[in-house]
Amino acid sequence: MQDLGIRVLFEGENGIRLLLGLLVTIKLSVITIIASCILGTIMGMLMTLRHPAVHFITRIYLEFIRIMPQLVLLFIAYFGLTRAAGINLSGFTAAVIVFILWGTAEMGDLVRSALISIPRNQYESGAALGFSKIQLYRFIILPQALRRLIPPAMNLATRMIMTTSLVVLIGVVEMLKVGQQIIEANRYTAPTAALWIYGAIFFLYFFSCWPLTLAANCLEKRWKE
Amino acid sequence: MHLDLLFIQKFAPMYAKAAVITVQLACTGIVMAILTGLLVSIVRYRKIPVLSQLFFAYVQLFRNTPLLVQLFFLYFGLPKLGIHISGPACAIAGLTLLGGSYMAEAFRAGLSSVSKSQIEAAEALGFSHMQIMRYVIVPQALAVSIPPLCANVIFLIKETSVFSVVALSDLVYVAKDLIGLYYKTDEALLLLVISYLIILLPVSLLASLLERRIRYAGFGNTGIV
Repeated sequence: MQDLGIRVLFEGENGIRLLLGLLVTIKLSVITIIASCILGTIMGMLMTLRHPAVHFITRIYLEFIRIMPQLVLLFIAYFGLTRAAGINLSGFTAAVIVFILWGTAEMGDLVRSALISIPRNQYESGAALGFSKIQLYRFIILPQALRRLIPPAMNLATRMIMTTSLVVLIGVVEMLKVGQQIIEANRYTAPTAALWIYGAIFFLYFFSCWPLTLAANCLEKRWKE
Repeated sequence: MHLDLLFIQKFAPMYAKAAVITVQLACTGIVMAILTGLLVSIVRYRKIPVLSQLFFAYVQLFRNTPLLVQLFFLYFGLPKLGIHISGPACAIAGLTLLGGSYMAEAFRAGLSSVSKSQIEAAEALGFSHMQIMRYVIVPQALAVSIPPLCANVIFLIKETSVFSVVALSDLVYVAKDLIGLYYKTDEALLLLVISYLIILLPVSLLASLLERRIRYAGFGNTGIV
């Protein structure tokens, strides 16, 4: 019976359709990760300002976004916004908005902690050595801050890729949905398809995220000193 | 936005019931995840042959795949092999497997933060195996492990939001049901957000209190900060 199931993966265009589903996942991840990196950097810098209002607002934003399950945020954007503001968002757009908001919050916190982790005396000795503000950041602060930022930022990226799997629940046709369609279509000819299709999706996610995790670990180890 | 207070009053008990289910599953899953994580990290720390490699593969596999995909595989895929698992069992198994891999990493970070020379010093002083664990390794490892451990607990509670896919009537399921039945989107989503806040805010506050205490414990020790 088992060989019947695995055949589905290679039959017709099933495999290609699954990979196209993966492409939707990757597209969503890449858009939101890039946007989150840019906006998160700005947010992280804002958070290091000692302005009470800015501090308060960013804190509330960060805490709320962090504490809510991403699926709830997706529901708010997809069902709530559509009704409250009368705009018709596609599932994909809603997902892009939510993942950028979430990614920005998480990335902002990473940038903030990387910036404040540089000891004060680094700034002061740079200034004492006659570095200009730009030189100070270019040669002293940024190289150190980036080393502390990049590994956790890469881990955040893998988390974002994994979390994009939730969009199937607000009706976006991505890998899981395509998988379901293939299983449904082959219900009678290949009853064990679910095992193979979901297994394949499991490993497709794994091989999308694992290299990033490995690279993050490797960089972290190398930059430890 | 006009909120239908009567609706909220009427359906709040449904959310309370769903919240109880969520909390029960989350608690069981988290406890089991911590135990799994402990087992995995100790086996890996002791470098027990075969098991150690097996657990390494397990951690990598489950850290790099989304819970949603894991649940689909467990709930829809495995029955094709003749392994039937009920919805709640699936949910707990998924949370345990996912959480175990995250917890193992948290414990590993703690264990590896205790330098070899300290253990050798303790051995030289005639400490027994148990004494080394009790007085040298655990106190220091715990200080490093607790912040990621707390983060993992919050992460796992948030992850329970996908349990509706294995036919459990959790908070998201109730919200989605009410939206579909009555079109009271705003009220249903508001109740959903409030329910998660009630569950997660205390946990989050407790976690930050704990982390602050730990940070004081780490002061003066550059290895931990």
